[in-house]
Amino acid sequence: MAFTGLPRSTPPDPRTALAGHPPDAPAHAWLDEAVARITDRPAAIGALFPAARRRCGHARLDEHWTVDEAARAVLITALPLEGEPLAGELAGLFRHGDPAEQRAVLKALPLLDDTPDALAGEHPGDHGRLGDRALPLVREALRGNDSSLIEAALGPYGAARLPDGEYRQAVLKCVFYEIPLDRIAGLDVRADDELARMLADFAHERVAAGRDVPPDIWPVVRAFPVLDTFTDLLTAETHAAAPDRREAALRALKALREATALTAEPEEEA
Amino acid sequence: MRIFDPHIHMTSRTTDDYEAMYAAGVRAVVEPAFWMGQPRTSPESFYDYFDALLGWEPYRAAQFGIQHFCTIALNPKEANDPRCRPVLDELPRYLAKDRVVAVGEIGYDSMTPEEDEALAVQLQFAIEQGLPALVHTPHRDKATGTRRTLDVVKESGIAPELVVLDHLNELTVGMVLDSGCWAGFSIYPKTKMSEDRMVTILQDHGTERVLVNSAADWGSSDPLKTRKAADAMLASGFDDDAVDRVLWRNPVAFYGQSGRLELDEPKPDEESSFQGNSIRRGGA
Repeated sequence: MAFTGLPRSTPPDPRTALAGHPPDAPAHAWLDEAVARITDRPAAIGALFPAARRRCGHARLDEHWTVDEAARAVLITALPLEGEPLAGELAGLFRHGDPAEQRAVLKALPLLDDTPDALAGEHPGDHGRLGDRALPLVREALRGNDSSLIEAALGPYGAARLPDGEYRQAVLKCVFYEIPLDRIAGLDVRADDELARMLADFAHERVAAGRDVPPDIWPVVRAFPVLDTFTDLLTAETHAAAPDRREAALRALKALREATALTAEPEEEA
Repeated sequence: MRIFDPHIHMTSRTTDDYEAMYAAGVRAVVEPAFWMGQPRTSPESFYDYFDALLGWEPYRAAQFGIQHFCTIALNPKEANDPRCRPVLDELPRYLAKDRVVAVGEIGYDSMTPEEDEALAVQLQFAIEQGLPALVHTPHRDKATGTRRTLDVVKESGIAPELVVLDHLNELTVGMVLDSGCWAGFSIYPKTKMSEDRMVTILQDHGTERVLVNSAADWGSSDPLKTRKAADAMLASGFDDDAVDRVLWRNPVAFYGQSGRLELDEPKPDEESSFQGNSIRRGGA
């Protein structure tokens, strides 16, 4: 399962998001001019991309975009490039970008990944304007410690294209960094036996340490066969010698029972 | 007393320095990109350095109540190494960033043709991006180097009020002020300029278009030299307003020409981090 097709949650169109922003004539004029310059000469994006925050602002627009992220996404989508040249330009923006710029690059990736599901065949890496070519950026963000970048890396692009093992590790990293799992893409289609096993083991470690378990892992654990052995294990933990450990097991067991299986009632995507 | 150090290499300084600077009145600094005592051999080393000047160091400074801005450039000394020249190609990306308030340090070290070219190219970058320029004057053959620098500045077409020539002394201050450029002075423990000589220069040339800095770096230097210069001014009869002008309003006016000098009190806290890394010990 190297490519799972586009997750359903493609980000909102950044232009539409910006249009709903209170009109700021100089900012819009700057952005239009910047798009024209990038259309004319793609390399111009190098000195325009960092300036977008100063020129356009940084207020939050919606759940997905801030003004600077949306403006930078507009600049990226204006690049008249595809394939390697597009990936090269993105790699330069990411390499020389500050954290906000890197976040904008990652958040814009799904907008360049216009592969229809039907095309996701035997060599999906070749499809779309970008293919798998921006995966190194996703991986770099996932190696770091910045939770906002880790979250952005697990948007629809990364979630659709990371190999299974890397996707699972990334989900586990989110749990460690306390990134709520409902903020990352692809979990509904990519959660599997192995991920559920890893999360159950993680929960067991927490219980053994007398600590609480983040509640958002339960729906994943519940949806897979590991549930039975894990429930037995937690039940056994409720008889542990250490009181902290017993209490943590009781709390975990209660939370597990209360959790709704993720796959039982799939939610409608907005 | 509020102090703006317009030239200090905080990357080389400790957290004790930040504490002492805050206690002395320093509330804002500009850290120019320069060489690091040991030559770099690849462009990537510069990019990591620029990223630190724009990311890690402002974070560190803010934890001590000090606002940190920077200037970005390929310095003259390393402009002579062909392995470092490609840095010039990526500079426009960095010069476009929010906390970059000038192009610098540019200028001459040994006055080679390579330095000529790097200086000219980077003055054009300043013009293109509407930025001031911080120009280092050479330590060897200073008067000749300063004169030649002024010629190149004039040829470039950049407005003189957007340019500061730094590390000046008694013999170079006159020609710089006459040109319409700003005059920068680095107060060092032993070399360059002392606080007492600085006071004499201010008495002779006035306080207009003058910047006083510590230029503290990895060498023998003192990050409190700005405060010591201010104290020396007061001791020789300058009033509080003159001190505030030289050590706060002048650097604010000069770097404010970038349109990017957003001065607001940084709020140190126990929680924040840069890219998940913090200056606290025992954490990430």
